[in-house]
Amino acid sequence: MKQEKIVIIGNGMVGYKFCEKIINKKSDFNLVIFGEEPRRAYDRVHLTEYFNGKTADDLSLSTEDWYTQQGITLYLNDPVKEIDRNNKTIHSSKGLTVAYDYLIIATGSAPFVPDIPGINKEGVFVYRTIDDLDLIRDYATHAKTGAVLGGGLLGLEAAKALIDLNLNETNVIEFAPRLMPRQIDSAGSGMLQSKLKALGLNIYTNKGTSSIEGTDRITSLKFNDGSELKTDMLVISAGIRPRDELAKLSGIEVGTRGGIIVNEYMQTNDSSIFAIGECALFDHNVYGLIAPGYEMAEVAASKICNDTKTFKGFDMSTKLKLIGVDVASFGDPFTTEPDARTILFEDSHKGIYKRINISNDGKYLLGGILIGEAEAYNMLLQTVNNKIAIPPNPEDLILGSRGGSAQTENAGLAGLPDDALICSCEGISKGSICNAVTEDGCESIDAIKKCTKAGTGCGGCIPMVKDLILHTMKQNGKYVRNVVCEHFHLSRQELYDLIKIHNLKNYEQVLDNLGKGDGCEVCKPLVSSLLASLWNDMILKKGNDTAQDSNDRFLANIQKGGTYSVVPRIPGGEITPEKLVIIGQVAEKYGLYTKITGGQRIDMFGAHLSDLPLIWEELINAGFESGHAYGKALRTVKSCVGSTWCRFGLHDSVSYAIRIEERYRGLRAPHKLKSAVSGCIRECAEAQSKDFGIIATEKGWNLYVCGNGGSKPQHALLLAADVDSDTCIKYIDRFLMFYIRTADPLTRTAPWLNKMEGGMEYLRNVVVNDSLGMAEQWELEMQALVDSYQCEWKTAIEDPEIRKRFNHFVNAPEEKDPSVKFDEMRGQKKAADWTLA
Amino acid sequence: MIETTTNWFAACRVEDAVENGGVCVKCGDDQIALFYFTRRNEWYATQNLCPHRQQMALSRGMIGSAGEDPKIACPFHKKTFSLATGECLSGDECAIQTYPVKVEDGLVYIGLNN
Repeated sequence: MKQEKIVIIGNGMVGYKFCEKIINKKSDFNLVIFGEEPRRAYDRVHLTEYFNGKTADDLSLSTEDWYTQQGITLYLNDPVKEIDRNNKTIHSSKGLTVAYDYLIIATGSAPFVPDIPGINKEGVFVYRTIDDLDLIRDYATHAKTGAVLGGGLLGLEAAKALIDLNLNETNVIEFAPRLMPRQIDSAGSGMLQSKLKALGLNIYTNKGTSSIEGTDRITSLKFNDGSELKTDMLVISAGIRPRDELAKLSGIEVGTRGGIIVNEYMQTNDSSIFAIGECALFDHNVYGLIAPGYEMAEVAASKICNDTKTFKGFDMSTKLKLIGVDVASFGDPFTTEPDARTILFEDSHKGIYKRINISNDGKYLLGGILIGEAEAYNMLLQTVNNKIAIPPNPEDLILGSRGGSAQTENAGLAGLPDDALICSCEGISKGSICNAVTEDGCESIDAIKKCTKAGTGCGGCIPMVKDLILHTMKQNGKYVRNVVCEHFHLSRQELYDLIKIHNLKNYEQVLDNLGKGDGCEVCKPLVSSLLASLWNDMILKKGNDTAQDSNDRFLANIQKGGTYSVVPRIPGGEITPEKLVIIGQVAEKYGLYTKITGGQRIDMFGAHLSDLPLIWEELINAGFESGHAYGKALRTVKSCVGSTWCRFGLHDSVSYAIRIEERYRGLRAPHKLKSAVSGCIRECAEAQSKDFGIIATEKGWNLYVCGNGGSKPQHALLLAADVDSDTCIKYIDRFLMFYIRTADPLTRTAPWLNKMEGGMEYLRNVVVNDSLGMAEQWELEMQALVDSYQCEWKTAIEDPEIRKRFNHFVNAPEEKDPSVKFDEMRGQKKAADWTLA
Repeated sequence: MIETTTNWFAACRVEDAVENGGVCVKCGDDQIALFYFTRRNEWYATQNLCPHRQQMALSRGMIGSAGEDPKIACPFHKKTFSLATGECLSGDECAIQTYPVKVEDGLVYIGLNN
């Protein structure tokens, strides 16, 4: 049999998708594509990213040799100019004549350019192709102000592009009384306008443009209401016009207002000629979105392969991020009484507007609009498309359940039928995704993307796909582990053990051996903390410095305005008058605000980054050391004055507090650690609110553990009673090592104990009775950490490479950050308040 | 193909940059955060101002990746932004400005518009 030939006119996204689809169905067609543009098919949906650093190659849908590999003949820069239906051939502009068995017209659309006087002036552009973008970009280099004609979806995209080109002023002009008139209502538009205004976009609605002024180049726009707007350039985005001229010329039926008329198989009135994408007119509709275009490609490819798939119209629901603002519109967004009931939520403080339309009987969701927050979009769309019964209080759909038993996200997923469409770009159902998880073992987004293509289009369904993967894994009885992040599929405890076994010494080694990707702000500080807990190396050692949380990286606490606070260690809260004077002198010299902390130390605020090494040099020379106030580490051991002065004191609580603080200083843990020692039962040091607290008794010390203050205060519980000083320290060693080894990240001792099976009884067994047989090892490990202690600040100021990192500007080391601002209060400085965007 | 009137500003020497981290570059009255992603052998530059609370802090943040996308986390409240596109990856903050970077003869240059 002779190989059948398919000629595709148009190498846009839909024409490209058609090739992909037909190749997947049957590989023995001879495919020929003619494209008008000089480029391979590219992603028009994400065109604005071209101004954000993406290149034409990044946007390309295929690699250079894809067409050759697939045996497709590609003619670029050569639009077809004639279809000879009698002889079933086409003629191209460059003079090629090619015969076809099937012809696919995927010519897309052109921007609709209204007939306004002056429209041909220099500085007026359309926004459709990469070539258009190049022209806009070149012109924008000598333009200060710009305007976009059209406040629809594409118009706002174009406005975003102008903002990205750094124009001083960008204006959007819309003829209708509201933005995005096809997708959102006027209240939603109002909210969107105020959000966009805050981002520097001027928006004019209800404005008809009467003329474009200027001699050769555009200088201003005149409106029907007599007003005028000065502008250096104009981008027209007033809608699309199907490219049907070639079809019309060849006697193929087109609609009165444009568009090539097709049946449910995407066939034109000539059954061997198909039209797909934005040039096609189906049931009086032109579909200007990518998902229906892909669906049309699928239907046409099926028909050619003798399948019976039909196009049934398409849901025009959409969710997008416009200049950082979420906008979504789904189902029938506008239906209103008497056909439906509407529920509105408006929060002008946060810039959120939500509307849902429900059936009169309150059973079904018909559609809605979300502005400013659109997380619920996927679930709401599913609820509409699958006619899922809505909760008795439908407002929960947009407000979340307020108290009572809530329908959880997973319950919602479970309720979806298997044929629920999850990825509308690629037409992937819930059933196929669940199947890929169960049958093919796809347990990550990447795996699902590869296996099913779900999530590869606009990406809007990805959060839902993620939930589906987890949901299906749980249903299959799979153990879903509490892993650190996408870079480490391990729990904190597993990581701790593996780092130790493999003897890994810095973050990069850990990532190379145990993780993947390039790390993130979650795993970097966590691994750094584990490394410090295990090896106690100087945390700013090369390779580990940039893996530290910001406070650890600069060995100080970053405060409002970008300055830092400095807290020297004052063990047990005991300080000599001479040292107090030093702190006063240093604070005065560097202009610092001083305050006594809750942990019996002195905090100095408002230090410039570059002053930190100078401040610490002076403090260290006077005998101070780092207080580790910046670390997830031991902070302070607070004490009451004890038996040396107090008439009630049983033991010398200050001396014991100092001994403990000096033992555990600098110890890195899953979270900060606080401690206190009280000299008698009056408990003036508040030891029972600490991670480990000690109270003097007639016979020795009582040791309490796992308490904390903070937002969820919890009293510490008695671990051991009437123990001597050395035994008490042994117990604390074991307790701390057990905690450091097993706690989840950023979990303090109280919640760690709350989650522990067996609770305090179990903990006491492990620590006091050594039920795990770990006591000796833990004591040795702790002793090694104690012996390797160093004052990080002392090391830092002695190392010129580390010191260099405390300059604000790399290219002007002597200059301080000029954006730092202070106000005055009660004779001291304070940080200027947050300035809000 | 894409040749515009980019003005290349000499920011610092390669060895002044922080490996797998950021430094702040003074550029007239502007502050630009410059990131040397040694692990990926890539350079990135963005505005230093975090749009969330208007803090000059991004250069002091941690870099990393979300999927393939390189990103920066602000040290203040851990808002993350794509280093490639500037888009906010954690919530609704507006995107940050990004700049091209090139390295020639051991010097790092940041591409400025006009």
